[in-house]
Amino acid sequence: MLGRFAPGVCTQVTMVVNQQQSRNMATLKAISMRLKSVKNIQKITQSMKMVSAAKYTRAERELRAARPYGEGAVQFYDKAEVAAPEDDPKQLYIAMTSDRGLCGAVHTGVSKVIRNRLSEPGAENIKVICVGDKSRAILQRLYGKHIISVANEIGRLPPTFMDAAKLANAIMTSGYDFASGKIIYNKFKSVVSYSQADLPLFSQKAIESAPKLAIYDSLDSDVLQSYMEFSLASMLFYALKEGACSEQSSRMTAMDNASKNAGEMIEKLTLTFNRTRQAVITRELIEIISGAAALE
Amino acid sequence: MALALRSMLRSVARKIQVRGYADAPKEGEMAFTFAAGNKVFYDKQVVKQIDVPSFSGAFGILPKHVPTLAVLRPGVVTVTENDGKQSKIFVSSGTITVNDDSSVQVLAEEAHPLENLDRSAAQEALSKAQSEFNSASNEQAKAEAAIAVEVAEEIVKAVSA
Repeated sequence: MLGRFAPGVCTQVTMVVNQQQSRNMATLKAISMRLKSVKNIQKITQSMKMVSAAKYTRAERELRAARPYGEGAVQFYDKAEVAAPEDDPKQLYIAMTSDRGLCGAVHTGVSKVIRNRLSEPGAENIKVICVGDKSRAILQRLYGKHIISVANEIGRLPPTFMDAAKLANAIMTSGYDFASGKIIYNKFKSVVSYSQADLPLFSQKAIESAPKLAIYDSLDSDVLQSYMEFSLASMLFYALKEGACSEQSSRMTAMDNASKNAGEMIEKLTLTFNRTRQAVITRELIEIISGAAALE
Repeated sequence: MALALRSMLRSVARKIQVRGYADAPKEGEMAFTFAAGNKVFYDKQVVKQIDVPSFSGAFGILPKHVPTLAVLRPGVVTVTENDGKQSKIFVSSGTITVNDDSSVQVLAEEAHPLENLDRSAAQEALSKAQSEFNSASNEQAKAEAAIAVEVAEEIVKAVSA
């Protein structure tokens, strides 16, 4: 009875062993492949961190120069107490983001501010201009009909005044007759922190009806028009600089975290890899030894 | 007697304390901010006088100037600091804001100290701009070239002066 069954069991056992062995070999191979790819990812994130660190130092230096500029541009609106006209609800929001991702929540932060505003009542009078592809990607699905134009090619190179001037020109010639608005951007605080802030936008009519405008001397509409256009460009320039700096610093942190996570993963994978390899070797040894013992 | 003396001393001390804030602009002084896209020249600094070129003619700004807005034209901005030192800076375009609290903001698109400008390079830029102006095909290109010519002319004029 036993003799009759024994060969069958034996083949079954060897089959199982074979299967397990091949599975082990396969996992070994799979782990080593995985390990290699994670190592590659870590290399990439590390070098991205280096690149954004270099870009960040430059952006930060340039931002320091742009700060008084931006503050100076807003001063007039502050001091002349320009307010949004109540009878004209048309508003324009400008989302200052960039084309590049992998930088934490800088783009979602800006888009969220606008999304929250658009989900409130009275949103039908609000139009949005997206600067950078990222804000468009986020806002397009739900609020596509609010977007009037999109600017891209932002974020590859440090922003210049030319970019801001082009943007300002596009806003002026967009054909949308807004009464007031906001530029939503990321304000840089330190390497680890930034927050969403806004700069005011006004139409010429709103400025002309400002309560304290009368004290300003020798104003005609031509001067006001040129002044407004230039200050729009200055504010956009400042917002671009702030955004670029926040983005680079945030990318630096994001990439640093990614490298750290990849390191952790590599550690765990190496451990499993070595364990599996050891198991395979041990089992092969056992097989050889037991085979030799059976021959004696 | 002692009490009166003490209170007098205290008030004197307070006065001295108030005077201690020398850097912050006081009443009747102007806080001057002069920034360009490439550099910040003055940041809320107190100066004596500023001469600016604008489209409605060049004018000087002294403390307590009447609030105004103006648009810069290409030319030289002259800043006279409190110690009488004058610095001349060339600007391409921009805005001038004089607020009712006597703070002045001059924001330029591009600005450079006069000593950094090179005459021959300016001359070259001028001739290039002129040829561009002559070969401009449409209205917009013509207008852009005209602006370039104007700026280059002003640079040459400013450097030769």
